[in-house]
Amino acid sequence: MIVELGHYALILAFAVAMLQSTIPVIGAQRNNARWMAVAKPGAITLFLLIAFAFASLMRAHILSDFSVRNVVENSHSLKPMLYKITGLWGNHEGSLLLWVLILAIYGAAVALFGNRLPTRLKARALGVQAMVALGFLAFMLFTSDPFERMFPAPPDGNDLNPLLQDPGLAFHPPMLYLGYVGFSMAFSFAIAALIEGKVDAAWARWVRPWTLAAWIALTAGIGLGSWWAYYELGWGGWWYWDPVENASFMPWLLGTALLHSAIVVEKRDALKAWCILLAILTFGLSLIGTFLVRSGVLTSVHAFALDPARGIFVLALLVLYVGGALALFAWRAPALKGGGLFQPVSREGALLLNNLLLATACATVFIGTLYPLFLDVTGGGTVSVGPPFYNATFLPVILPMLLLMGVGPLLAWKRADLAGALTRLWIAGVAALAIAALTWWLHQGGPILALVGMAAGSWVAVSVFVELGIRIGIRRNGMATSLRRLFQLPRSAIGMTVAHLGLAIAIFGITGAAAWKEEHVANLAAGQSLDLGAYEFRLDEAKRIDGVNYWAYRGRFTVSRDGETVATLYPERRLYWVQHMPTTEAAIHTNGLADLYAVLGEPDGKGGWTVRLYREPLVALIWGGVLVMVLGGLVSLSDRRYRVGAPAQRRAAIAAARAA
Amino acid sequence: MNRPRTLLLAFLAVLLLSSLGMAVHAVEPGEMLSDPALEARARAISRDIRCLVCQNQSIDDSQAELAHDLRVLIRERLQAGDSDAQVRDFLVARYGDFVLLEPPLKPKTYLLWFGPAAILLVALLSIAIYFRRRRNEPAPAALSAEEQARLRALLADDADEVEPRREGQP
Amino acid sequence: MNPTSRRLLYLLPILLFAGLAAYFLLRLGEHRDPSEIPSPLIDRPAPDFALPGMTAAEPGLARADLARAGGEGKVTIVNFFASWCLPCRAEHPLLSQLAKHPGVALYGILYKDEPAAATEWLKELGDPYAAVGVDAQGRTGIDFGISGVPETFIIDRTGHIRFRQWGPLDQATIDGKLLPLLDELTK
Repeated sequence: MIVELGHYALILAFAVAMLQSTIPVIGAQRNNARWMAVAKPGAITLFLLIAFAFASLMRAHILSDFSVRNVVENSHSLKPMLYKITGLWGNHEGSLLLWVLILAIYGAAVALFGNRLPTRLKARALGVQAMVALGFLAFMLFTSDPFERMFPAPPDGNDLNPLLQDPGLAFHPPMLYLGYVGFSMAFSFAIAALIEGKVDAAWARWVRPWTLAAWIALTAGIGLGSWWAYYELGWGGWWYWDPVENASFMPWLLGTALLHSAIVVEKRDALKAWCILLAILTFGLSLIGTFLVRSGVLTSVHAFALDPARGIFVLALLVLYVGGALALFAWRAPALKGGGLFQPVSREGALLLNNLLLATACATVFIGTLYPLFLDVTGGGTVSVGPPFYNATFLPVILPMLLLMGVGPLLAWKRADLAGALTRLWIAGVAALAIAALTWWLHQGGPILALVGMAAGSWVAVSVFVELGIRIGIRRNGMATSLRRLFQLPRSAIGMTVAHLGLAIAIFGITGAAAWKEEHVANLAAGQSLDLGAYEFRLDEAKRIDGVNYWAYRGRFTVSRDGETVATLYPERRLYWVQHMPTTEAAIHTNGLADLYAVLGEPDGKGGWTVRLYREPLVALIWGGVLVMVLGGLVSLSDRRYRVGAPAQRRAAIAAARAA
Repeated sequence: MNRPRTLLLAFLAVLLLSSLGMAVHAVEPGEMLSDPALEARARAISRDIRCLVCQNQSIDDSQAELAHDLRVLIRERLQAGDSDAQVRDFLVARYGDFVLLEPPLKPKTYLLWFGPAAILLVALLSIAIYFRRRRNEPAPAALSAEEQARLRALLADDADEVEPRREGQP
Repeated sequence: MNPTSRRLLYLLPILLFAGLAAYFLLRLGEHRDPSEIPSPLIDRPAPDFALPGMTAAEPGLARADLARAGGEGKVTIVNFFASWCLPCRAEHPLLSQLAKHPGVALYGILYKDEPAAATEWLKELGDPYAAVGVDAQGRTGIDFGISGVPETFIIDRTGHIRFRQWGPLDQATIDGKLLPLLDELTK
């Protein structure tokens, strides 16, 4: 019964979305306040209805209601409760419901917290947001209904893919969706601005918190996915340049560019058309990613359904939204009046170059991902585009960007003294060279790129502190004054510092893990040991254990160095009963600077086991760096100026402070 | 679902069940060569060969049977004296360019390899043009005294300057 | 930059997107499985091989047999199969039907399987093959560029591979592609 109510709620949501996408937009066109006022309750209603539908499906999963097809195909009575909940979005239909839920959450959030938004902009933005929801609701209701019933109800379900029965991966989709579905809000604001025909500093300020929130979530989501791949897939790797990984990475690259170009629009009223285009393309890439995953056009471990019929529907949505937006752009963007002039060497220039490099990086990933498809369709046979391609083409674009990251924040607006800025960064240059030299001394014979990576990370990290020091006037003022100024810095500035630092940390991690990974694969019997560098791994035993919905072989490794025990590792090799699928649970020990990683492979039937041992230096810094980036974003988001939004209020506060 | 589709999906299941989820780094100790130099070459080549029954993995990483067969084959050919290029050509002759994870540089992949650089070039050119165009625009009229005072007041609000405003700079 | 070229610049994104959408549509329309890769062996001579039979008494299969059949004016179909392969079982009746086509010689290659198990399997389903070679290690399969079973190759009278079916045969493919090709090759 509840399931039917949930289904009905979805249908109602469809109807509400139809109204919401037309009435406020027409109202804005005609300046009709009452029609525009529909936007706020409309967005909230849309959210409530979809949330109810979501909750009803969740209830079916929690109660293991096997009369619902979605539960049968993805759940099992013995599955742990956490995965019963998260299994809702581990499949095509359920994840679509999560998709529209997040669309609705962002719409409702803007409706509730965007009180200072100009009425017309708000009405139009919420209207466009509802238009996007409309398409996806239609997709669900007509082709991918999660509420389908199944009679007679089978006694039990098919269980969830064991790979997904994992805490890290369980929460990866919601985080990811909060990210790239969240960019829909920037998209909606961009369309609203195009319809209005006006993009100004105020617009950039309104857009920024929503874009930043989406960016934070997407960063966290990608980080979660990589971290999961690292500890679950069993070979110490964490990024494969798989098409669907790329599909989440491309919006991240453009989303980062969008955040930076919005600064220029806000501060200098320039680069408007470009910023609007970025807002459209960022969400456009999210939609393209959705298409790639659900249409069966590309093969990938993430691909949901090899169903061309659904693919056509998603393609139609893609053409409607992205095509429509770009057509509107072609028509209206030329009328946007450019603002502040600036020299090539200036902060605006640096941000423009940053955008360019990020966009080129994104284009590189895009070409690599779609090239096999392109070649295939044009009858040229096909090729594989794997990690070697990306390493050769992506890195040369990112390295100049890292150099730029150090200098950019030190440049003045409009016209900057590059030589002066570089001179101030002498200490960062020295640090980079010193770290490179140290790296070379520690790891002679290692790859050159390792030196480059460590130097780049050091350059960025030290530049970040140099910039902070200049900002608080550390050379001119005393320590007390400087510290006071540090705490008075606007949070967005602190956020930038922290986020850039996070990237530097992640780069150290990436370099270390890629360059200095050690491995040893061998056959061991209980009692035997294996050496990996300075560490000795002894396999004490390997025995069979039973889990909740699986049985496993569990090994025990004692790891020692110079005779002293450093760690005990328990890698497992599980076999899930229902789906007969084996998974490996690697055992990892980290001391922050390096990870020791043990994997138990197949038994050879003669008492021996294939074991794989890895040592990965600095890999924990990747996750640490991502966390710091997320932290930086959150600090920036908490800046009152963006949440309150009105420049007028701040000026009043300053005037009051001056008068006091 | 009609029968051919069911069949095809079953076929895929046969192919993929052997590899899905078992993405363990899968070189077996029994496969490895005793000569470390040859073994290193074998590993390097394997990392560049796609596992055809998996989804986006190399045969070095895959546990699929075909991957195992190909790994053994590579080692045999290296022991027989083939160069790295010859081993790769051997596989490409049978499976096509698709089997290489690094796309070969051929006319059909020029767009792939040179595309990113071309885009960067176009982008840099367009900003150069953008700046050229801006420079050719007529300079805005000078500000009146009242406007200058307003400008000073507005600029005083903006606390985000890194450098303190120096003499002569706007 | 004059207004016209400026206008054109703003049109660029939508034009590029239109191209992209067209490609997606074309690819969707093809209904091809993304895991299927095209064979580089089409229009090339069949690889050399010499495989033993399933029992000591049987002669096995070698490329010489294909050449001989070609000399007799027959088109050969080589089918890779195994008893552990479920889709092979499903395509078996269609294959048996094809074997009866005039001017066609059907040969089988047992891929990575026990001959004893395969003999049982053929006894149960019927043996449509003129001869069977046993590829225990799978090397001949690799030489043919297969990535699993079943896969089927059509080889013309001059010994060149003209068609490769990846996965099980189905009636639609047989009617739409195979039979016309056979008719053409046996002309």
